Amino acid sequence: MIALDSLASVRFFLPELILAGFALVLLLAGLFIGDKQRQRLAGLAWVGLAIALVSLIPDFPGQGQSLFRGMIVFDTFAIFFKVFAIGVTAFVILFTCRSLEIKRHVSEFFALLLVSALGMSLMASAVDLLMMYIALEMVSIPCYVLAGYHKGSSRSAEAALKYVIYGGVSSGIMLFGMSLLFGLTGHTNLFAINQYLADHPVYLLPLLLAILFILAGLGYKIAAVPFHFWCPDVYEGAPTPVAAFLSVGPKAAGFALMIRFFYVTLVSADGQLASVVAGLNWPMILAVIAAVSMSLGNLAALAQRNVKRLLAYSGIAHAGYILMGLAVVNHDGLTASLFYLLVYLFMNLGAFLVVIYLSQLLGSEDIEDYRGLVWRSPVLAIAMGIFLLSLIGIPPLAGFIAKFYIFAAVIDAEMYWLAVIGLVNSTIAVYYYAKILRAMFLSPETGKEGLVLPAFDKGLLAVMIAPLLVFGVYWVPAMRFAKLSFLVFRGH
Amino acid sequence: MIDAHILSLMIFIPVLGSIAILFVPSSRVRLIKGLATGVSAIPVILAIRLFVIFDRAQAGMQFVEQTPWIEAFNIYYFLGTDGLSVSMILLTALLSHIAVVASYGIDRGQKGYFALILLLETGMMGVFAALDFFLFYIFWELVLLPMYFLIGIWGGPRREYAAIKFFIYTLAGSILLLISILALYFLSEPHTFNMMELIRNNHQFGIGFQITIFLALYVGFAIKVPIFPFHTWLPDAHVEAPTAISVLLAGILLKMGVYGLLRISFPILPEATRYFAFPLAIMGAINIIYGALCCMAQTDLKKMVAYSSISHMGFVLLGMAVFTDAGINGAVFQMFNHGIISAMLFLLVGGIYDRAHHRDINGFGGLGSRMPIYTGFTSLAFFAGLGLPGLNGFISEVLVLIGSYPVYQVVTIVSMLGIILAAAYFLWAFQRVFLGPLNPKYAQLPDINGREVFTLVPLAGLTIFLGIYPPPILDLLNATLSALIRSI
Repeated sequence: MIALDSLASVRFFLPELILAGFALVLLLAGLFIGDKQRQRLAGLAWVGLAIALVSLIPDFPGQGQSLFRGMIVFDTFAIFFKVFAIGVTAFVILFTCRSLEIKRHVSEFFALLLVSALGMSLMASAVDLLMMYIALEMVSIPCYVLAGYHKGSSRSAEAALKYVIYGGVSSGIMLFGMSLLFGLTGHTNLFAINQYLADHPVYLLPLLLAILFILAGLGYKIAAVPFHFWCPDVYEGAPTPVAAFLSVGPKAAGFALMIRFFYVTLVSADGQLASVVAGLNWPMILAVIAAVSMSLGNLAALAQRNVKRLLAYSGIAHAGYILMGLAVVNHDGLTASLFYLLVYLFMNLGAFLVVIYLSQLLGSEDIEDYRGLVWRSPVLAIAMGIFLLSLIGIPPLAGFIAKFYIFAAVIDAEMYWLAVIGLVNSTIAVYYYAKILRAMFLSPETGKEGLVLPAFDKGLLAVMIAPLLVFGVYWVPAMRFAKLSFLVFRGH
Repeated sequence: MIDAHILSLMIFIPVLGSIAILFVPSSRVRLIKGLATGVSAIPVILAIRLFVIFDRAQAGMQFVEQTPWIEAFNIYYFLGTDGLSVSMILLTALLSHIAVVASYGIDRGQKGYFALILLLETGMMGVFAALDFFLFYIFWELVLLPMYFLIGIWGGPRREYAAIKFFIYTLAGSILLLISILALYFLSEPHTFNMMELIRNNHQFGIGFQITIFLALYVGFAIKVPIFPFHTWLPDAHVEAPTAISVLLAGILLKMGVYGLLRISFPILPEATRYFAFPLAIMGAINIIYGALCCMAQTDLKKMVAYSSISHMGFVLLGMAVFTDAGINGAVFQMFNHGIISAMLFLLVGGIYDRAHHRDINGFGGLGSRMPIYTGFTSLAFFAGLGLPGLNGFISEVLVLIGSYPVYQVVTIVSMLGIILAAAYFLWAFQRVFLGPLNPKYAQLPDINGREVFTLVPLAGLTIFLGIYPPPILDLLNATLSALIRSI
């Protein structure tokens, strides 16, 4: 990996600079463009995101540069998650435009989303404990505000408060873990810590504690058990576009940080992805968290009646599936997890998009009120059906391929117990997703009048569905993108 | 050109038709029906072509198409057909077309209905043509979803329950299938999903592994057949499903389970197959007797026909468990015949329901005097079902019994009771519905209509023709099946 000085680094820091610039521009634009013209504001935000995206293209697939004295790196892995962050933000901005939930302070809303995207983009690059922490907070703080955007609604205020308290506690614990790690090794740079751990014997117990504490902060971001308690309440209370954003964006960024932390710091440097410290079985910790997240998320989802809460628990379960890929400690597993995230983006955002439309058309987020939807709005029902079936993992939809790669990696690594737990969970999950399907398709309708969806929204749904159908049959390009991410991941 | 890709064409023409239907406005019902009928007729023509040019002397795969699909996992788009699958493909093409025509009466959401039924045809065709395990699994699952929605949306009063039960049962089976597929992939050297290679290299699997995988596959397939005690979804699904869907369910979906056993479990896991041969024969006998006894107890005509499927599928199991030429040929011939006969039975029961709006066997009487032609077709179907000599069901059941008697005498003798029971429940039901004094409530019932004639005549013709002259189908099967039992 080439180390660049601060001035030369700027060249590879363009996406972040552009995002920051446009966040400021949006704040200023709010003075001149009223909330009624939200399309214009959204257009402005889109321009910023598009420029940031384009600025990434010349450097793909990238040689791997170490920027700003080793605080962050710019490699294919970072590009993957930067593209991901920009994509999620762009979709959520579009969703916000179509939703009537956000009526006031629209420019600030978009500016906060861009700042959050900036934070996610930094999370994808951070290789220093300090930078990790700052990036994490840079995502969290705008999200606290976004979750409480309905100032008048007590549910939204409750959601924001819960989110702040859980967030504050878990990032505090994480910071403590980082200080322990610094105390043990004397370094904050992940590569340096890795080198130190390889060369010097360390006490296992403090190291283990440091890792567990750091996991608290990471687990909170990806909503894995036992750091998930905020998730259902926040999703339910927050404006739906924000819930959609939280369920995919920060979660993926959390995974980026997690992969970076574990696979730079704690594996031996010779390219063999084995634990650097003998006796520290961190993959097992990840595997257990994966198993518990899947099981608890799925079991809790069974009892839900509110669609947003159900999707929250399903998101916890999916964090578990993705974690399985991290726990097998090889490139196949990691690639599978990245591919899963890519598919998850479309299926989960798509499901939330339908929830946004339906909460406007029906004024409800209860599964009960979705009854007979197929007769009132076939488009919405079929779209939701495709998203849910992909979440279940039924071929020929992309969700199946994603699950298949994860399970293949787990079985290949001979972690049969984890595979069995995962498969049992996939079966349990069918039941609650099918509950929504059943209400929408099989139950008699509650109201007679049809629901009208503008052509633009139908197009937007089609954009979310298309990748699920295409990747379900031909997923090689997406898989190659995920695979390339590990090209220069460890600096060689 | 057409001959080289005949299987692909048969698989993908229906799904293209399904997509085309989605672009037709839902108000143009006649166009939708016409499109579905036309599209489903193409595979019938291709199937006849396949039947004509298929080389009966050859035991191996014909019309093979193989292209790399996902090279990282060694997954191929790999199709081919031998005697076993060609008979099933014929059945699928024929019954799907008949099911489309039999569905003209659907009065709600026709667009979705016909799109789904064509999607279902793609899935079924794919299952019978796929030779790559991964591809097989995709098609296997592709059958599940349309079926779930077809039962659940257009079914009878208890459709929600029936559809969910069907969905959960089959999905549980699918997951066992998926586990087995992955286990076979990772334990084969080199890793492969290619069924032909797995068969060639089957000696590398140890007996313990074979038994484990055989059991997992068995449960997965037994749910589809269904084999006792995994059969409870079947009566519910059949009773609630619309007529045409019952036809496909009984005619084709049930065969997928047995097909899986014969195509996958038997040749890939031969030692385990020998190990489980006797239990399999016992399960066959249980299916025959248990299904028949259940039939005796039914008052719902459709439920009786549904249970008779369980009984008839028992003969298939018995025949394939004995590894004799007569047994296995009889078993697969029975699969084909049962597809024809049960399709007829469900169409006829559906017709009666359309007219009288109930299916209570005891609530009719003397229909024969009002609708003589309809009664004629029904008597033919019932007699075929009970195995009357001269009709196709007789040939296959006798072949099974001839094949199994030298191997398992007691089991065979017990199974023969099934034929007597079948005569009892079919004749008893026939007597209560069609004979005796006319129930005055039904004095105005119309006799058979043109659409029913169109759907019933080909099936009735095949029933009689194959009953007198079975070689057209038996010749298809013989080379492949003899090779199969020799390999075990």
